[in-house]
Amino acid sequence: MKKQSVRIASGQGFWGDRADAPIDQVRKGPVDYLVMDYLAEVTMSIMQKQKMRDSRQGYALDIIPLMKEIILDIIEKNIRVITNAGGVNPMACRNAIFEIARKMGVKGLRIGIVYGDDIMSRIDEFLAAGVLLNHMETGESIEPVRHSLYSANVYLGSRPVVEALSQDAQIIITGRVTDTGLTLAPMIHEFGWQETDYNKLAAGIIAGHIIECGAQVTGGNFQAGWKEVPDMAHIGFPIIEAFPDGEFVVTKHENTGGLVDVRTVKEQLVYELGNPREYITPDVVADFTTISLSQEDKNRVRVHGVRGREPTEFYKVSVSYSDGWLSIGKLTYAWPDALQKAEKAGEIIRQRIKDLQLDLEEVHTEFLGLNACHGPLAHPIEDPNEVILQIGVRGYNQAHVERFSREMIPLVLGGPPTVTGFGSGRSRPKEVVAFWPALISRELVQPVVDVESI
Amino acid sequence: MKVKLLKLAHARSGDKGDTANVGIIAYKPEYYPFLKEILTPERVKKHFKGICRGKVERFELPNLWALNFLLHESLGGGGTETLRHDAQGKTLSTAFLRMEVDVPDNYAREWKLIPESSAEREIHSSD
Repeated sequence: MKKQSVRIASGQGFWGDRADAPIDQVRKGPVDYLVMDYLAEVTMSIMQKQKMRDSRQGYALDIIPLMKEIILDIIEKNIRVITNAGGVNPMACRNAIFEIARKMGVKGLRIGIVYGDDIMSRIDEFLAAGVLLNHMETGESIEPVRHSLYSANVYLGSRPVVEALSQDAQIIITGRVTDTGLTLAPMIHEFGWQETDYNKLAAGIIAGHIIECGAQVTGGNFQAGWKEVPDMAHIGFPIIEAFPDGEFVVTKHENTGGLVDVRTVKEQLVYELGNPREYITPDVVADFTTISLSQEDKNRVRVHGVRGREPTEFYKVSVSYSDGWLSIGKLTYAWPDALQKAEKAGEIIRQRIKDLQLDLEEVHTEFLGLNACHGPLAHPIEDPNEVILQIGVRGYNQAHVERFSREMIPLVLGGPPTVTGFGSGRSRPKEVVAFWPALISRELVQPVVDVESI
Repeated sequence: MKVKLLKLAHARSGDKGDTANVGIIAYKPEYYPFLKEILTPERVKKHFKGICRGKVERFELPNLWALNFLLHESLGGGGTETLRHDAQGKTLSTAFLRMEVDVPDNYAREWKLIPESSAEREIHSSD
């Protein structure tokens, strides 16, 4: 029999989010699913580098101690876990979870993996076959960056996850599945939604958008009313209570901090939003202008009226490539004349860069505490107690970027007075990873679903 | 009267490559048509002079009493390439809300934006 409602909990808004959030989600109240998003664009390139060094790596390592902590809870309560923690190596991630499960004496655990999103090894084949992977905004050819690629992943939708659910996987580890698809999948599975149920699919995608950033919808980063958010130290992560007709409620466990109201939900809805009428995903195109919100109870916002339409014929591809080096250095100057001192130090650095003929693409100066956030819109502050000078440089010559890093600290003894904040030493040059968004025909990419038990 | 947009709306900003988005959400439904009228892309582009080097696009979400703005070429190349301290434009939300807007007096009275004391003074002066 189909369920009449399903509770889907968000346990992680990004790799590095609060470690005990998913533990609270499975222990502090009833949930049917735990979904966790670990992948930002930059994460894929980091994972690809890790995998190149060690073929057993390339996934979000944090998932292993987490699963060790909650595996008995999820088995006892029959909670299913869906996460894109698999990164560029879902198979290795599954092996590592099986290993800890065996050590704990767990039997009969079924774990599904979803992959086929990683098209890195097929780039040459695609280009040779005339699949151009031109930049989706500028239309430029990928040729100039083709030889410095780190990763290339298609954003898959919810369908392969639904397939893994139908094969009774309790844990599903995916590669690059959209954040929103992770939340939509259990709704399709539980309610039997069809591929053409566009309004319902769009509702599920919007539910995913609302919880994909974790506590950012439960009172975190809440511009309108952050002062009224209770107990932020124990902020509850969001839960979607979904219904078969596509309506859903945004809520959280009762005994947690934070708050859910129409304002917190609105702020999250507009987060990283483009054209609200065309929220494009592999599952459906959702229309954010059709969303209706109502506060039905304390910490419960009902979402209804969502409409969607047929998805496009393409998958989005995110390609990452190496694009030079950058280094950012900081020094703190104290009263009196803190700003003048910081400005003077900035001038000295620019003079040194000129003398040393460093080949740099960009030199950027900001004064933290004065104008780093709002730039020319910042209001003037007279006679500040301290100012942090931040200088960043970017270039293609690694040695020159490195040389800049060595120029900041000598100012402690050889520049304007009362300077501090150099305790962590000079800044290290960081490789710049840039992104190349492209589109690819769906028929060229076949998602793979593989479920195994121990 | 002149008020900061901060009084009329709340906001959240984020990034997509070198484009920042700022969602401006009216605190009350009656503010929305006024904000829609005054927050033209041209005005927003001017407000972000020195930050936004590209075009400004605007989208309407009357259901949320909200306007979504895309500020192109505003993040120094975007997330991983930028040298900006605020690499993802997370603080452009309140940079937007610094905007000073001119609220016609009849609206200001209706919306009770005029502080009690000065409203009283006005009553007295019209006596």
